[in-house]
Amino acid sequence: MTTRPTPAPARKLLLANARLVDPATGREEFGDLLVEDGLIADFGAALRAARPEGATVLDCRGEVVAPGLIDMRAFVGEPGAEHRETLASASRAAAAGGVTTVVCMPDTNPPVDEPAVVDYLNRRARDTAIVRMIPAAALTKGLAGREMTEIGLLREAGAAFLTDGARSVTNAQVMRRALTYARDFGALIVHHCEDPDLVGDGVMNEGELASRLGLHGIPREAETLMLERDLRLVRLTGGRYHAAMVSCADSVAIMARAKSDGLDVTCGVSINSLALNENDIGPYRTFLKLSPPLRHEDDRIAVVEALSDGLIDVIVSDHNPQDVETKRQPFAECADGAIGLETMLAVGLRLVHSGEIGLAALLRAMTTRPAEILGLPQGRLARGAPADLIVFDPDEPFVQDPADLHSRSKNTPFDGARLQGRVHVTIVGGAIVYQRD
Amino acid sequence: MQPASSTPPRFPHRHLLGIEGLSARDITTLLDMADEAVEVSRQVEKKKATLRGRTQINLFFEASTRTQSSFELAGKRLGADVMNMSVASSSMKKGETLIDTAMTLNAMRPDLIVVRHHAAGAVHLLARKVDCSVINAGDGAHEHPTQALLDALTIRRNKGTIHGLVVAICGDILHSRVARSNIILLNALGAEVRAIGPSTLLPAGLERMGVEVFTDMRKGLDGADIVMMLRLQRERMNGSFVPSTKEYFHFFGLDAEKLACARPDALVMHPGPMNRGVEIASDIADGAQSLIREQVEMGVAVRMAVLEALASHLPNQ
Repeated sequence: MTTRPTPAPARKLLLANARLVDPATGREEFGDLLVEDGLIADFGAALRAARPEGATVLDCRGEVVAPGLIDMRAFVGEPGAEHRETLASASRAAAAGGVTTVVCMPDTNPPVDEPAVVDYLNRRARDTAIVRMIPAAALTKGLAGREMTEIGLLREAGAAFLTDGARSVTNAQVMRRALTYARDFGALIVHHCEDPDLVGDGVMNEGELASRLGLHGIPREAETLMLERDLRLVRLTGGRYHAAMVSCADSVAIMARAKSDGLDVTCGVSINSLALNENDIGPYRTFLKLSPPLRHEDDRIAVVEALSDGLIDVIVSDHNPQDVETKRQPFAECADGAIGLETMLAVGLRLVHSGEIGLAALLRAMTTRPAEILGLPQGRLARGAPADLIVFDPDEPFVQDPADLHSRSKNTPFDGARLQGRVHVTIVGGAIVYQRD
Repeated sequence: MQPASSTPPRFPHRHLLGIEGLSARDITTLLDMADEAVEVSRQVEKKKATLRGRTQINLFFEASTRTQSSFELAGKRLGADVMNMSVASSSMKKGETLIDTAMTLNAMRPDLIVVRHHAAGAVHLLARKVDCSVINAGDGAHEHPTQALLDALTIRRNKGTIHGLVVAICGDILHSRVARSNIILLNALGAEVRAIGPSTLLPAGLERMGVEVFTDMRKGLDGADIVMMLRLQRERMNGSFVPSTKEYFHFFGLDAEKLACARPDALVMHPGPMNRGVEIASDIADGAQSLIREQVEMGVAVRMAVLEALASHLPNQ
């Protein structure tokens, strides 16, 4: 792996003998892909017959070449908690996981609630990160849920969207005005739907298992009430809205109704909600204490189906680095969150291998759809699109050793898990930023 | 057309509670009378005897410097005895209801009461309880008819007419009684009215009130003859309706660059008091296109016209 933050791209790079998968069109073919000046110049089977002169050739040996992944939800400790994760370390984890664009949550210290902080993060990312890192800005000042931030100026500074990150805006008036105001600027509001009062002391999904474990439960209604409220406010205001993560069957039904009514709304799902259920918590494994909590297997099946149908738009890593001290606590007292940037592709491929979803549909939710929602030109194999690409073997088996992870924090729910699918090369803007031999 | 004569033209209303309900002819009558009042106010001898012996009470439940003094001066120039009552010194502070206050004042036999109140509809309520003429000097976010009249007078004197002009009203339309009265008046006189502001400061259904709505100021100002700025209350700028004064000025503050989107001969107005650097840049407020100080002069004239017009309905005349 290269150590330079921004390696100079080879002017011409040819990815030869590749299984080209374009999630935007669902097309798949065996051929070459030519990168020129950081952009996709050409690709397809025909290119193999007439390989261009003077290009550096990378033999993909029949592996998949696809757009780099776009993750709309990652927490990074910079500024304020660099011991957990920096933009640099998160970007190395992302590169190793095939993620070429990362939207960083504003839950930092200080929070990203002023244009100057957005500008700072953009500069830090430019100078230290090896993938594209885009800051999301806070929706309310100090993430306190009371006063809206400078939405227009934050957008002009380059914020991807407005969100209070891991927090919900409980005040409906604040949410209404923010949706109304943001609409004027075409700004997207992303909301974590989880009513903190209904969560109360809850630490895992409410139900039999929580009761047996002696843990307080979180009802699904903590999510669905907030989601219903938001969608009614979207109906009132006409704002652009994205539910950060849905985790249960009821939420899927609510989103389905809103979409069929023609509302301009989208939603995401955490990779963890797709691959795990509450039973995986087992003997109080704190790395599986998440927000939203892991639900019942019926809920997992419902969100996988919704993803396959395109009803759920995007998959997020919900990457949330926590250090040993915040996680090595009794289950009820430890912090929420798990890292995920580096494992999200392999974990997603589990669903492909089990026949629950097709490869193109999985990749679409990790590339094309987030690009469309964020208004980014990458996320597709298209001539003239940025050459953000990954080369991966979807079948290569491995056992996940947390020590191999590039993230500064090692709180992965997949420690010791048997996974299939490995990224071998990650390319950002035509430059190889990660290569595994 | 009213013939020029010494007797005031007929104004068919006993109160002035709003622009709503006035015909174009009523409005024009008041503006014509106000034109005459401007002349009176520009003489050395500014006093007329129209309201000699009459009592005018200015009843202000909401603090106001310019509107109250403007009404006071207008009444005095017409020869009335003017009494100012402000809430700070009134019995409302002692728990008296609005209606009791009205009945008490009515017993003192005033001829004209000028009322400002923070609640929409309060002036209408009071008008039903008293025997004299009532003038609305601003009720909540409802109406401020004399402001709209003075704005119209200012425009007419500078542009010759109101019909066909493009008037852009910018800022906090939601809380503005000035905007409501102006929208009604300008529509009645045939102007093309636009409203510009962030959606959080635009009332629901505004587009059905005879205005074209814009949330992008540059687009809204394109081709405008008149740019009417509104005051943004300080308590509404800190994240409740608008994120900050900085952001508000960036997108909705009138500066030279945004004003350049309007017609080159566009004129700038503001009902005051201004927040310089919030809704309007200082150089624009004081610039060659600004009518802001002229509006104040027209305010006295318009209020003289209104007082005179209503006085023609008082008994024994």
